[in-house]
Amino acid sequence: MNGPIAALNAQTVIDAIGLGAVYALMAIGIGLVFGVLRLVNFAYGQLVMAGAFALALSSEWDWPAWAGIVLCLSVVLALTGAMNVLVFRPLRAQSPAVMLVATFAVAFLLQSVALIWFGSLGKPATSLASLNRPVTIGDVDIRKITIVAIVVAALFLVALVLLLERTTIGLHMRAAAIDFSTARLLGVRAERVIATAVLISGVLAAAVAILLTVQSPIVTPGFGLSQTIVVLAGVVVGGMNRLVSATLGGFSIGFVSGLLGGALPTGQSQYLPSVVFGLVIIVLLIRPDGVFARAGVGERV
Amino acid sequence: MTAHLERLVAPAALVAGAALLGTTVARETQIYFITALLAVTLVVALYVFVGNSGVLSFGHMSFVAVGAWGAGVLSVPVDEKSLIFPSLYGFLGDTTVDNVVSLAVAAGVGLVYAVVVGLPLMRLSGLAAGIATFAVLEITHNILRYWDRIGPGTNSFSSVPETTGLLQSAIGALIAIVVAFAYQSSRFGRQLRAVREDPAAARAAGIGVVRQRVWAFGLSGALAGLAGGLYVHFIPLSTEDVYLDLTFITLAMLVIGGAGSLWGAVVGALAVSALDSFLAEAESGIGIAGATLDLPSGSRLIVVGFLMALVLILRPSGITGGREFSLAWTGRMRR
Repeated sequence: MNGPIAALNAQTVIDAIGLGAVYALMAIGIGLVFGVLRLVNFAYGQLVMAGAFALALSSEWDWPAWAGIVLCLSVVLALTGAMNVLVFRPLRAQSPAVMLVATFAVAFLLQSVALIWFGSLGKPATSLASLNRPVTIGDVDIRKITIVAIVVAALFLVALVLLLERTTIGLHMRAAAIDFSTARLLGVRAERVIATAVLISGVLAAAVAILLTVQSPIVTPGFGLSQTIVVLAGVVVGGMNRLVSATLGGFSIGFVSGLLGGALPTGQSQYLPSVVFGLVIIVLLIRPDGVFARAGVGERV
Repeated sequence: MTAHLERLVAPAALVAGAALLGTTVARETQIYFITALLAVTLVVALYVFVGNSGVLSFGHMSFVAVGAWGAGVLSVPVDEKSLIFPSLYGFLGDTTVDNVVSLAVAAGVGLVYAVVVGLPLMRLSGLAAGIATFAVLEITHNILRYWDRIGPGTNSFSSVPETTGLLQSAIGALIAIVVAFAYQSSRFGRQLRAVREDPAAARAAGIGVVRQRVWAFGLSGALAGLAGGLYVHFIPLSTEDVYLDLTFITLAMLVIGGAGSLWGAVVGALAVSALDSFLAEAESGIGIAGATLDLPSGSRLIVVGFLMALVLILRPSGITGGREFSLAWTGRMRR
């Protein structure tokens, strides 16, 4: 285990799982909305950014951690709801490409608002910084936040599976994801299904904001943007047509980035994005419908 | 085949008019006109691919970037290179070319890069194509930013002769318009538009989908490279100038104008540039009709983002409706 590729040890693997868990949460948030609306929400990272600024403000005001989390959740949910009514609803009849470009515009809009409001230097969010302390198990140091991220992601996944499989609204969501207009004809309430999916994606964005601010506490207007780009790539690579494959895609790209980040020689680590996105292109060329997608559902051309 | 020459003349005249108007204003204001003309080149370059193929590309700023890098690195005088870029590769380090050659290099590099990238990528469509072109942008940005043997790395370009003025930017925009018009009137352009309308039917009619897309992608890359070359001769570029913000503003111009037509691309570029210049002035405070308008800096992207979202929601085919310029006004009125 010596030399430049010595880093494939337990430490790297666990950190990579932690990164994959955070990305998986974002992937669920993006995949849920795509499932019911066929809409790729590029502005998802800006929801995370808004939540992170809420946390930064609450730590500036010396609020207790729980109050910061409540503020973060309310800000993100309010913004998600507004986005649903003002942007997603009028765009529903458009092609996926138009919707993607529109959310691209919303993303830049929100980022510019944050730039004017908070400036480009950013604010620190420190109320949960204690989670950065490591716990030593054997000879591996695990930061508490890594454990929290993995546990939170697992809990959300289980809760979501239960919701989708065991409740009426979950059944409606799955029906809407397969064939929206037929589902409506059969009595599924479109607005309620969409609102539920969008709000759950907002809760996930708030959770991601909390996890990411612990790992990198300086919140800037660009916070969450690069992660969103990576997760979007991961979600498409995994396969957008099913929530499970999208989630697996998000997890995989986080996990692989984490492993590669540990494995690249120190002098070359700045090229990590190139390696990751190079892999994305290669995988897309081999499996354009997604690695984890079922075969035979893609476009003809 | 009717040539519909007004579809070439109208956008070209609009650009020429903007350039002529630019000659009448003060030097500080001229900057805005040059920026607008460069935007036309850039948006028309993007239009050649996106408009004709209907496939979204987030990766075109990569071709702008490599064009800028090619022209920029080769234009810095040799004796200054050892100071500014100490670690350039030998050939790049001891060659300097003149202005026109550097622009040709920019277009050439853009063409080659776009064809190399396009050959594998053009087999994709829909979201996979969008994400793959995004990946190309990320890779290009990442490599240009950290590989200082082929350019300034994390620094900005400096000592590149500032040759891009009103004349060159206008010529660049006109070249882009003529090329775009010639392409879309050609057999290749028509075949690609057929693919856009109905891929399965076009393929059944014997059109090579991938080959037509690669043609358009390469041509579009060449024009984007030319735009990059013109940019680097205009302002001291860095990798951040040819990344997400420029991708956004260029797409916004194309979408606001109407991605379906050359007329839409030119109108969108000029209209958004005009608005953007006005807002830039307003950010430093201007007086209108006795009142002073003073916007906080950064409001430009807010307004453009808002406008783009608004156009997409209310009129998704853009302000021109994605139609070419037409002299048959009365005919349209009657409809």
